[in-house]
This record gives sequence, structure tokens and C-alpha cells, in this order.
Amino acid sequence: MTDLLPLIVAKYNYWLYVILMMIGLYAMIAKNNLIKKLVGMNIFQTAIILFYVSIGYKTDATIPIIQNAHGGGSHGAVIHAADYINPLPHVLMLTAIVVSVATFGVAMALAVRIYQRYQTLEEDELRMRLIDIGPEE
Amino acid sequence: MKFLGVVIVCLTGALLLYGTGEFPDWGDPNSPASLHLSNDYIEKAFEETQVPNLVTAVLADYRGFDTMFETSVIFCAGLACFLLLRDFSQKKERFYRHIPTGVILHVKNSKKILKVGKEFEHMDKDWVPSDLIIKTVCRIIIPFIQLYALYVVAHGDFSPGGGFQGGVIFGSSLILLAISYDLKTLVNRIKEKVFGIYAAIGVLIYVGIGAICMPMGGNFLDYSKLAPLVPGDPHHIRALGMLGIEIGVGIAVTAVMAIIYINIVSEGRHDEGL
Amino acid sequence: MHWPIDLIVLTFVIFCAIAAISVKDLLGTAILFGAYSFMMCLLWTVMGAVDVAFTEASVGAGVSTVFFVAAIFRTSRRTKD
Repeated sequence: MTDLLPLIVAKYNYWLYVILMMIGLYAMIAKNNLIKKLVGMNIFQTAIILFYVSIGYKTDATIPIIQNAHGGGSHGAVIHAADYINPLPHVLMLTAIVVSVATFGVAMALAVRIYQRYQTLEEDELRMRLIDIGPEE
Repeated sequence: MKFLGVVIVCLTGALLLYGTGEFPDWGDPNSPASLHLSNDYIEKAFEETQVPNLVTAVLADYRGFDTMFETSVIFCAGLACFLLLRDFSQKKERFYRHIPTGVILHVKNSKKILKVGKEFEHMDKDWVPSDLIIKTVCRIIIPFIQLYALYVVAHGDFSPGGGFQGGVIFGSSLILLAISYDLKTLVNRIKEKVFGIYAAIGVLIYVGIGAICMPMGGNFLDYSKLAPLVPGDPHHIRALGMLGIEIGVGIAVTAVMAIIYINIVSEGRHDEGL
Repeated sequence: MHWPIDLIVLTFVIFCAIAAISVKDLLGTAILFGAYSFMMCLLWTVMGAVDVAFTEASVGAGVSTVFFVAAIFRTSRRTKD
């Protein structure tokens, strides 16, 4: 039991990210409504982004903005890498978030288009209408 | 289907949980991700670029290509929304309010479009935004939101922020105008063509700044070669180059957010919305 | 980094995610998804990723909720599950 506690403290964040990913994946597979599927996709996406950002975290480090740098105050001061959180995952994920909203917008446009044509967003009803119309149209 | 979904999800989750056993501890300074390239960035970025915010320095300078194509992706998303939804046919039913008397006119099956001005006011079919409090508050707030967006873009080098965030905030101020008044107000004030042109101009500024570096003797997006073109301290040239591309990104993102919102909310007809 | 804050916010995130996909009204999903994004933004602030948190606050909690509501306005609030 005493061995287990450090393991839990060191790893519980990863376990919760995995649970979040599972929620997103479940919504993508099992939900019937297209918009619910989109929400699931976004949850999955944010879980992965969360995982990436947490890789860059260092204990006892500050945010990745150089201190006392305004006006050239810290010229000559040595910057230690261990004092600042790793900025590289932040950069990668920052652009990923903005692209995710762009793709979300396109997905919403597709959903609006599907609703205009078939008057429904439910997957099973959509399948029924497609069978009714037939493969020709 | 639901049962199968649960089984697949549980299997994937179990595999991922098994995989976490091999990960470094959470917050470990010596994890593999923090050992190689990122230390170079942290120690040398300020000296080389004079930009205190390391995220901006890496985003706009060291990984400039990445950000350029992300901006292109956003531009393409705006284009895709336009192509999917835009519908140029006019709706046959229209509503107008005669302002002096308050009489509401319902025009059916008529090609005639009443001139909107001092006498007549356009009205939406589903939703009539005419609340004085909301209009007044939004009219006061919107300039401050836009000022804040410009601040975020301009201070992206020194504090959290940058082109993406500033552009999104500016775009949301335009969306607020469309929600608090009506969609016609926004579309009449800023034409659809202008949004399209701005989206393209934003990407062009980015690519243009990158391309100017090449005849000056550097690589694509090598801002340090721009020093002869800009008066002032040559040490700050890379920071200025980053500011330039952040402005480009901000313009493109603003325009694309507005395009996506207008097209979705009016189903591409640009006449009435939320 | 204080681990209790981290744990509480992560719990809220997971609750918001479960609620967002199980509520039977798409407008409710939109608002819960906005809450989810905002909680995520808090989590990133706690982790020291200020730029990412700022982006998520403006993009995830702001504009994408607006797109969501706009799309629901043009389609329907109805959902079966």
C-alpha cells in the first residue's frame, strides 16, 4: 500500500486524461446524433491536447516568459532551462486549438447542409431517408 | 451498437492505461520531452530574438512554416464554409417596419425590395432584436473589445497572446454586433467581399514577409535579413518580423471567424440570423 | 502547482464532459460544452500554459459556443440520446 501511493500521485493525471479520451471515443461511436458525435470528437481532441501540454510541465518551474526581460533588463543574466516550463508542446497545441475551431465550423456547416436536405440530424433516421430516396439521387 | 461501442472503448482505454505505466512521472523535469530541443529554445531564444515570450518566439520564428500552413488551414476552412453554404437566391418573404408609425409590412412573393433608410427598417422573420438595453450596452462595449484585441496582437511578444487570440477576439466583437443588432447591420457595414479579401490579405502578409527575406539574401522567413529595410535597432528585427506576421494572422483569423459565423447563422443567404 | 486544485478541476472537466454528451437537449449540450472548455482553460492556467489557456478561453469557450448555438438555431434542438 505504501508503494502504491507515490505511483498514484505520479500518474493519476494520465489516468484521468485516458478517461476523458474514453468519454470522447464513446460519444463518437455510440451516439446517434451527429452534433453529439462532433462534441465527442472535440472532447477527444482536447484530451489529447491536455496530454501534450502536461508533458511539458515541470515542477518548480514558472511560465515560459523570460522574467525581468522588458526593456532589456536581463542582458547577461544566465537563463536556466529548469526554471521555465517547456514551451514546445504549448506551441504545437496552440495552433491545434485554432485549427480545431476551424474544422468545427466546417463540420457545423456540413450539419446545417445535411439538415436542409434531410430535415434530421439523427443517424438512423438519416439512413432511413437515404434508403427511401434510393441510390439514384 | 452501444454494447459494441462500450467494448471497443474499454479495450482502447485499458491499452492506454497499460501504456501510462511506462510514462515519466507527472511534472518530472527530466522527462524525455524536456531534455533535447526545448532547452535550446529556452536558453537561447531571448538572446537571439529579443522576445521574452518563448511561446511566441518558437511559434512565429523557429516554427514559422508550421504557423504559416496553420493559417492557410484556417483560410481554407473559411473558404469551405462559403462554398458549402452560400446561397445567392433571395427569400420571397420579407418583413419591414415603418418607423414613424410602427406598422409592420409583410411582403409576400414580390421581387420589389423596399429601400431601407429613415422610413423603413428591415426586420427578421424569426427573431426581432430591438431591445434598447442590449443594443446600447453592446454599442458601448464593442470598441473596447476591439481595442483589447489590438492590444493582444501588439503585445504578443511580451505577454500571453498573439495573432490567433487577438484575431478571434476581434472576430467575436463583430459577431457581437451581429447578435445585438441584426445580421443585416454587420453585412451592410462590412461587405462579404471585404471579409474575403481580408482573409486573403492576412495570409498574403504572412507569406509576403517570408518571401521578402529571400531577395535580401536569407532563407524563407529568416527575419534577421530584413534589418536594412527597417530603421531602428537591428537587434530587434526578429521581434518586428514576428509582430508583422502576427498582424497577418490576426487579420486572416478575424475575417474567417466572421465568414463562418455569417454563413452558418443565415444558412448562406446573409439576410437574417440570430 | 497545487495538486488539489488540479484534481478538483479535472473532476469538474470529466463531469462536464459526461453531462455534455448525455443531456437530451442540444442547446444544453452547447452550454455544457462551453463550461467544459472553460474548465479546460482553468486547468491549463494551473499547468502554466498561459498562451494555450488564453487561446482556449477565446476560441473554445467563446467562438465555438457561438458557432454551436448558430448551428442549432438553423437545425433543431431535438436529440434522441
